[in-house]
Amino acid sequence: MTKTPHIGTKGRTLCCAALAIAGVVPLLSGCSSGDDGGVTINLYNAPQQNLQQIVDRCNKEADGAYDIKLHTLPRGADGQREQMVRRLAAEDSGMDVLGLDVTWTAELASAKWIRPWPKDKAAEATEGVLEGPLQTAMYEDELYAAPYNSNVQLLWYRSDLVPEAPTTWSELIDVAEKLKSEDKPHYFEVTGAQYEGLVVWFNSMVESAGGKLLNEDGDKVELGPEAVKALETMRDFAKSAAANPSLPNTQEDPARLAVESGASFGEANWPFVYPAMQGSGAKFAKDFKWAPYPGIDGPGKSPLGGANFAVSSYSEHPDEAFDATLCLRDPQSQLTAAVKDGLPPTIESVYDSTDTVEVTDPEGKTSQVGMADAYPMRDAIKDAIKNAAVRPVTPVYQNVSTVTSKILSPPGSIDPETTEQRLREQIADALESKGVLP
Amino acid sequence: MTATKEAAPISDAKAAERRLGWLLCAPAAIVMLAVAGWPILLSIITSFQRSDLRFPDDKGFVGFANYATVLTSEHWWTAFGVTMLIMVVSVAVELVLGMGLAVVMHRTLVAKGLLRTTVLIPYGIVTVVAAYGWQYAWTPDTGWLAGLLPEGSAPLTERWPALLIIIGAEIWKTTPFMALLLLAGLSVVPDELHRAASMDGAGRWQRFVKVTLPLMKPAILVALLFRMLDAFRIYDNIYVLTNGAQDTASVSITTYHNLVSGLNLGIGSTMSVLIFVTVAIIAFIFVKGLGTSTPEGGR
Repeated sequence: MTKTPHIGTKGRTLCCAALAIAGVVPLLSGCSSGDDGGVTINLYNAPQQNLQQIVDRCNKEADGAYDIKLHTLPRGADGQREQMVRRLAAEDSGMDVLGLDVTWTAELASAKWIRPWPKDKAAEATEGVLEGPLQTAMYEDELYAAPYNSNVQLLWYRSDLVPEAPTTWSELIDVAEKLKSEDKPHYFEVTGAQYEGLVVWFNSMVESAGGKLLNEDGDKVELGPEAVKALETMRDFAKSAAANPSLPNTQEDPARLAVESGASFGEANWPFVYPAMQGSGAKFAKDFKWAPYPGIDGPGKSPLGGANFAVSSYSEHPDEAFDATLCLRDPQSQLTAAVKDGLPPTIESVYDSTDTVEVTDPEGKTSQVGMADAYPMRDAIKDAIKNAAVRPVTPVYQNVSTVTSKILSPPGSIDPETTEQRLREQIADALESKGVLP
Repeated sequence: MTATKEAAPISDAKAAERRLGWLLCAPAAIVMLAVAGWPILLSIITSFQRSDLRFPDDKGFVGFANYATVLTSEHWWTAFGVTMLIMVVSVAVELVLGMGLAVVMHRTLVAKGLLRTTVLIPYGIVTVVAAYGWQYAWTPDTGWLAGLLPEGSAPLTERWPALLIIIGAEIWKTTPFMALLLLAGLSVVPDELHRAASMDGAGRWQRFVKVTLPLMKPAILVALLFRMLDAFRIYDNIYVLTNGAQDTASVSITTYHNLVSGLNLGIGSTMSVLIFVTVAIIAFIFVKGLGTSTPEGGR
């Protein structure tokens, strides 16, 4: 592990003063000193409205052993990753606990930027955690992060237009054609833009067909006939009545908006669309239902998302950082995140928890809310997570993803056999970090 | 500046003065070297290494392997072609439009200041902000421009429409800059020559082509050089409008994807060196081939 040189207190003050003048201090929390004797643990996480509340509880429980300070990263995943990798590459000791997207763990572990978990603490961090989310926190059979929240896509649809949810993509196309002939909204939204969302879709399709993108170790391409089958289904969908003309540019949020605005009858998307729909004022909000993710010949395997907490290799207080992380992802924290911020838990027992969290509504009224109220679809989510398609665990996931989304875009131009061949060659290059990213 | 070398021995006072001159400019030169020279040198060194941040143990020199990888990559050449296309088309259109604007600004008698300020507005808007404006304008449902197109068209999702939009955004933004540079050139053309030409019976167009343009050649070349180098480095408009989707990435976008998203410093540095070399070649052609740097026209 690389040691960062210590700057003396005086030097640090000087440095901070200079930076303060330059107006960059908020970016550099290395300057925040825990000078009251306690240790400051700098937590960097994606924006999450009520994370501060979780942090406050952990700080109270720590009773002075450490003091977590929350820093919010940019909203977009690329921006978050970029800020973290830049600073890690510079061996910045100002970051202690990092909130990572599930696909980043392997990459940061391979770069030796995050620490493997010590045995005893690993046991606590993984207790009762669902299998899929746990896989996303492992690299080369070691735990590198503590699963914090999970996420899984479901099929969301308007039951006023479609009384029964389709279970496969071809049924979806049939439904769309029928709606089109009746002159009703007939688009079904999928994340088809050239970005991670397209890879998420493709990976689920391949796994639904019974295949895999990469082998178990994440160093060889698999694909094959299952992938061809998946590609056929994607192309057929993209050319069908179900595909919105904006499909090659659709990301999660435009997909949600298209359904809310009444242009589309459904979407494959993360659960955030449910509370958004309820708050949108759309008159069909009450008819907005969920169903398992569609598959190819039968039920599909949902894309798995979520976030993990890892401890930076350059943290000067790893012990406290691990302890703080344990608190940040414990059942109580996960319940709070689920109820208040809509993030599905990774610990199985939290789904059935009867505990409640105090929630204040916009008018200032407080009420006690539990999983059952906040998550009417919690069983569907839990089942989907148990059966979800985990994205390949490999340090070069970013390359695999970029190359894949490039080749699959736009989905309407997929030519199954040749596309599979191109994917095979270019992903193989990407795995050796040899190829050029588009 | 005189180019003649003094053969006579330099007096002590003069030598001291010269030393002082060197001493005075040394700090600036050192700072320049540190902030500009060192990074360039470092990327040249890195371009000969396998240096992927995700595999810290596999670092090492690989000779020209990175260059071979980049120069045989279809992605690189697609990006290179796109960049060239954007550069040539946008600068050509800007030259014509900019010249038109410059003539108008030059000839206007009333509200000169106001006109010049108005023309400059697009150039004053931060590129990224303007780019977001264009992005929204061309997105179905939210955009006024997309609304003019047939139902269901999403121009930013298709390659050629997207490229046209990118070029359009570039032209909209930098034509004023071109116009300003040309205006400066226009104002050095003496009026007497025009009057003399019209005495000889030259029409408006003939005067423009035979008198104004030749005299403006240095200014036009400088404007072209500036804009071409600028256009070759195009980044922000593409980043916001498509981020390189549908084969619309420029070399800068591709380099960024490899360096920052891909964490592959070796490949990324190779690309930046190649961009550097291309920019140098363009500048060289202008300076040596067309004599851009010598406004008097002599070489």
